[in-house]
Amino acid sequence: MLVLPAFFDEANKLRRLTVEVMRRLADAGIATVLPDLPGCNESRQPLQAQTLDHWRQAARAAADHFEASHVLTVRAGALVAPPEMAGWNYAPVGGRQVLRSMLRARTIAAREAGIEETIGTLEEQGRSEGIELAGWTLGAAMFRALEEAAPAAETAQAKIAQDALEGGGLWLRAEPGESAAQADGIAAAVAGALGAA
Amino acid sequence: MSSLAPSRSEIDTKLRAILCDVLGLDATQVESFDADTGLFGHLPELDSMAVAGLLTEIEDRLGIIIEDDEVDGEMLETYGGLLAFAEAKVVES
Repeated sequence: MLVLPAFFDEANKLRRLTVEVMRRLADAGIATVLPDLPGCNESRQPLQAQTLDHWRQAARAAADHFEASHVLTVRAGALVAPPEMAGWNYAPVGGRQVLRSMLRARTIAAREAGIEETIGTLEEQGRSEGIELAGWTLGAAMFRALEEAAPAAETAQAKIAQDALEGGGLWLRAEPGESAAQADGIAAAVAGALGAA
Repeated sequence: MSSLAPSRSEIDTKLRAILCDVLGLDATQVESFDADTGLFGHLPELDSMAVAGLLTEIEDRLGIIIEDDEVDGEMLETYGGLLAFAEAKVVES
């Protein structure tokens, strides 16, 4: 099973949960692989040169390379999953919401530092020349694509909603956290469906 | 107000649930919040990154848009201030 991670700041907050779900799936006899998105973590590609389409191609190439039969996406990972692949989208989110949280964090931090920045002017900068948000340098093409990107309406993947799990989404927290109950819930949804198939 | 608009208590309930989820607070602690309970500057969990997450989540769950210039100390100082802000935004949306 191919696992596609959350994007940017959310990836940090959900890293532990993602890995805990993979451990539980391994215990259930399901092999998973979590590639780094190009430009992230140990990838040698520059992040600012990435586009959403390139990430989609990379996700498909990874699925082919590992001969994955299913895909599990976390948050915005749903935006780059091959739509015809069977699998699951955990708490899928559009690119606009991911950008908005990072834009807002930057404007609040700027205000604390005595600099006036607005989300509107930062958005214009992001669209025209790219922008650094929360430490991630996004190219203009990536920024514009994220603004438009929403999880596909027609996909072979089933949604695992946060409501179905115990507690709130860990991506909301200011610090990375973990939840054994949520990892149990996601792994059970996946393993249960595969067992029944 | 039309019958479609969420009631005050519904906004109150949603806002408490958002605070629980964003700040990782215990539900009983959040239930004990009253209008004068201090938020920004009082809750160690509520730093600027958490404020960003909090506002974005309020937008999504209440279906409103919060502009930059509406975010000020008064709105975030107490639970009552935040609730009054959210109620006003829901009414105007």
